[in-house]
Amino acid sequence: MAVNKKILELKKRREQVLLGGGEQAIQKQVAMGKLTARERILSILDKNSFNEYDLFVEHDARDFDMDKKILHGDGVVVGTGTIHKKPVCIFAQDFTVAGGSLGFMHSRKITKIMDHSLKMKMPLIGINDSGGARIQEGVNSLAGYGEIFFRNTLASGVIPQLSVILGPCAGGAVYSPALTDFVFVVDKISKMFITGPEVIKTVLGEEISMEDLGGAKVHSEITGNAHFFAESEEECFQQIKKLLSFLPWNNNEKAEKSKAKMPKKSYDITSIVPSDPRQPYDVRDLIKCIVDDSDFFEVQELWARNIVIGFGKIGGESVGFVCNQPLVLAGVLDVDSSDKAARFIRFCDAFNIPLITLVDLPGYLPGVDQEHAGVIRHGAKVLYAYSEATVPKITVIIRKAYGGGYIAMNSRHLRADFVFAWPGAEIAVMGPEGAANIIFRKEIMSAEDPEKMRKIKIREYKEKFANPYVAAARGYIDSVIEPAETRTLLQHAIEVSARKEIYLPKKKHGIPPF
Amino acid sequence: MEANQTPEKEIFEVPCVKKLKCKILQIEETKYRTTFTTKFENRKKYVPVNPGKVISGLPGTIIDILVKPGKKVKQGQPLLIYEAMKMKNKVMSPIDGEVKVLNVKKGEVVCKGQVIAEIEG
Repeated sequence: MAVNKKILELKKRREQVLLGGGEQAIQKQVAMGKLTARERILSILDKNSFNEYDLFVEHDARDFDMDKKILHGDGVVVGTGTIHKKPVCIFAQDFTVAGGSLGFMHSRKITKIMDHSLKMKMPLIGINDSGGARIQEGVNSLAGYGEIFFRNTLASGVIPQLSVILGPCAGGAVYSPALTDFVFVVDKISKMFITGPEVIKTVLGEEISMEDLGGAKVHSEITGNAHFFAESEEECFQQIKKLLSFLPWNNNEKAEKSKAKMPKKSYDITSIVPSDPRQPYDVRDLIKCIVDDSDFFEVQELWARNIVIGFGKIGGESVGFVCNQPLVLAGVLDVDSSDKAARFIRFCDAFNIPLITLVDLPGYLPGVDQEHAGVIRHGAKVLYAYSEATVPKITVIIRKAYGGGYIAMNSRHLRADFVFAWPGAEIAVMGPEGAANIIFRKEIMSAEDPEKMRKIKIREYKEKFANPYVAAARGYIDSVIEPAETRTLLQHAIEVSARKEIYLPKKKHGIPPF
Repeated sequence: MEANQTPEKEIFEVPCVKKLKCKILQIEETKYRTTFTTKFENRKKYVPVNPGKVISGLPGTIIDILVKPGKKVKQGQPLLIYEAMKMKNKVMSPIDGEVKVLNVKKGEVVCKGQVIAEIEG
């Protein structure tokens, strides 16, 4: 009898805590177009798989009337569940409780679940929706954040860490997502910034809305802080599940192999690349000719669009793509595209995901703003990332590969395992026009008709050097292939590389050009 | 289109890529037909910096002016004091020369990027 009474008491307590900040606060959340913390968790996880922990944790602050307050769950919901039938750790800040502000116990709940994910080697999903540090808790809030950031760093490269920004994420708080692998944002709901509009107005006199300063679009298109943009929370949850379908559960595993599927028949690889090398095409169409079911999951689609990165499957195996995009800025490498590519390469390398590189670039973007922005330093990141990557690396040179761009895009010299080239590939130290000007300067200047001579010399250079056979003669590429053979050869190369094992010189770690 | 023909028109419609309007981008000696990013189109044109121009890096208030137009100054010599971000900052002359123009008065509020003074070397 006594036990039943105790069970009743437990149920009553649970009911109270599950209400979070109360009906009114929940209504406010709904009015802002946002779901509640638990609703979000339940939507992301497999049905009936969620187990919540630390339900009854209470804040320990006593100053500023904090002892008189009741903050259910201390503003955060944590637990474990499954996605794709495999276990994950998840936490979601509860905006209905004290604005989701982070107090010390709140952070303890988060760090506990982070410790679980690192120990049990499973992905961590963090849903951020918080007003920031709980001022009343002073330095203890800061301590809370610090403990989270440290763990994000420790876990980096061991387990996939996903951050979902479903509300404000401001001030120091925003560093946790920045340290994780993928950041998901939702239009009009996500807000990320270090200093908010009010402070900016007071100190600098600049007026800007929260949305324009750090809304979802800003981070998806301008800053590159976000990786996936969704129009609704529901779409965001689908993206999370889709991303996880390409990833291993930790760095000791490979991504789960799925059933191999042929690309859709409507994608004809021979009809995409124009014969004029100065005409653009959309490299994503090429990728769709290669991947299973033409299903390409693009990452950071809206930022640094002159390079395309993302996941796909070839013969059921998960692979990462890094491809120049001739449709935007002629596919050049610049500051942002270098950053975008380098970090993605590092992620794939950390998680045993083979890298496929499709090359078609004329070089680096010229301009004083690029040079002064440090394109040298940023461009070097790509070289570093490719060189240090020990996953299978396969390159296909589609068209242009000039100068530094040829080297940087996973060339043989950076230890690509297989390098293929299409017959139209132009692998040269620079484009024919530029090269002819330099090499044949005397002939052109002393000719009767310099313009005509220039055209002749350009054609000469093109025929002799701007083709894949010079590189093939040196073994810098493995074969010149027909476009129609691309998918089969890539699939074979991936199968062959499945047991690749190489080691880098022993060191604590390198010093990448951060 | 023949491979060596330079594209003449500035803006193209490219049917195979869903009718996007492309522009011309020149990389080294070659002109490519492609689309631009918004960031690239909005980039500020590089303007060479005049070494004698003293430009405010932060918004603030001019607290004290230490020189007059016509005064000869040395590089590193304080010209004025202005308060920004709760600090009193000394603004030094960037070059040796003569104070040509002083655009501010004591007590005036300046914004970021304003030309406070010009030194003629």
